[in-house]
Amino acid sequence: MLGNLINGISLGSIYAIIALGYTMVYGIAKMLNFAHGDVIMVGAYIAFYSISYFGMPALPALLLSIAVCTMLGIIIEKLAYKPLRNATSLAVLITAIGVSYFLQNAALLLWTSNTKVFPNIFANIGAIKIGSVQIAPVTLVTVFANIVIMLVLTLFTSKTKMGKAMRAVSEDKGAATLMGINVDRTISLTFAIGSGLAAIAGVLLCTAYPTLMPTTGAMPGIKAFTAAVFGGIGSIPGAMLGGILLGVIEIFAKAYISTQLSDAIVFAVLIIVLIVKPSGLLGRKINEKV
Amino acid sequence: MAEILKVSDLQVYYGSIHAIKGISFNVMEGEIVTLIGANGAGKSTTLNTVGGLIKAKSGSILFDNEDSFSMSAEKKVKKGMALCPEGRRVFQQMTVLENLEMGAYTRPKGEVQESLDKVCELFPRLKERYKQVAGTLSGGEQQMLAMGRALMSKPKLMMLDEPSMGLAPILVQQIFDIIVNMNKQGTTILLVEQNAQMALSVADRAYVLETGNITTSGDAAELLESEEIKKAYLGG
Repeated sequence: MLGNLINGISLGSIYAIIALGYTMVYGIAKMLNFAHGDVIMVGAYIAFYSISYFGMPALPALLLSIAVCTMLGIIIEKLAYKPLRNATSLAVLITAIGVSYFLQNAALLLWTSNTKVFPNIFANIGAIKIGSVQIAPVTLVTVFANIVIMLVLTLFTSKTKMGKAMRAVSEDKGAATLMGINVDRTISLTFAIGSGLAAIAGVLLCTAYPTLMPTTGAMPGIKAFTAAVFGGIGSIPGAMLGGILLGVIEIFAKAYISTQLSDAIVFAVLIIVLIVKPSGLLGRKINEKV
Repeated sequence: MAEILKVSDLQVYYGSIHAIKGISFNVMEGEIVTLIGANGAGKSTTLNTVGGLIKAKSGSILFDNEDSFSMSAEKKVKKGMALCPEGRRVFQQMTVLENLEMGAYTRPKGEVQESLDKVCELFPRLKERYKQVAGTLSGGEQQMLAMGRALMSKPKLMMLDEPSMGLAPILVQQIFDIIVNMNKQGTTILLVEQNAQMALSVADRAYVLETGNITTSGDAAELLESEEIKKAYLGG
């Protein structure tokens, strides 16, 4: 029971980190970046090759992966989404799906469809025993990383000038421009942060579940998107809460109900939450004041 | 007196709609100039074009003797232009203080406090509500916040778009008193208003816009007395 709960929180923490990327980009650019899941996959591949082929230690490999994904996020935004700034949201959505397929197929070309086994970066650290429960080091690191990321992002958006500008842009781009805020640069920054987080999520995901292939990011991407909607899209604490709840529900459904039905149960919970509270658990009701 | 803003032969289109048909006007340092006119005459379009939110097709905009025709809106803020937009558009989910801080986005950190003190002197109500979320303010308070926020950039030219819209008469009087006060403290003002009576009574000069053209211009006090203006804009 406790073991399942810990596993659920761990998986949920990964969803939460991915969901943050979705939610921040949605908050600022009002678009669903469906390629976000595939950035995770790219991040995992970069780390995989750095460690397994170039013999890099885990931390520099992670940093390299973050750097590559951050750049990738900025480039995707510049090339694919920026030209569509004034287009309909449907056009942007379809483009995002296109970028997603592009990344998956580029990965297929570059790295083939052969499944890679992600190295265990915590191989020489044993499991930690608390009472009768064994906790894998990756679980602890994941939960810890999640808490740190959440705290840093909350401080960033509430205390720093850049972070406040980000909130201003997410509320009203025109008014933000009139403050002298460079909206394009703020959107770029948001993509950079979201994609950097995706790299971290990718490495953690593949450390916990070590099979890596070009479609690795797709399902966690969709789940994390669900988590973001579940918690209230656009809300940072919402992404956190949604991610962790989703992870816990998934693991419990697997353990006590059915492995095959676990995904169906996860999405059923989402549907119920959205019927009861359409803006998500922590989502703000949008009040239009004239 | 130096010329702070000079607009010449400005042409603005929305798609195929010719919204502004070659207007020219200027604002001298220290003045209150008002653009009045009916709904849809192009007043807000003119202001938004000068502020850089809308691209003009042709013409020229000189701000502080510098060509700013194709300058981005955020750069214009840095150069000393502030636009307090129609409908206030305060950041509803941010606190009053955060809204004011955003207004000072282009200023160096050390100068923000000084501006805050100045704005709070003009709008004592805002200081009482520093920590309150802007969306919970009344309409009048939101208008004050929008004006205070625009003032935080320490503008050379403050452009106000319909500051009296939707406010009770007693608040309208208050808002206009503040506009006069801001002007007395050295801020040049370009005011767009539908409330022609109020606008003309505080302004030095006025331009009357009709369907994208300037039809009349001159001394505000004289226009206030003119039979033609009375008939068209002052209700008799």
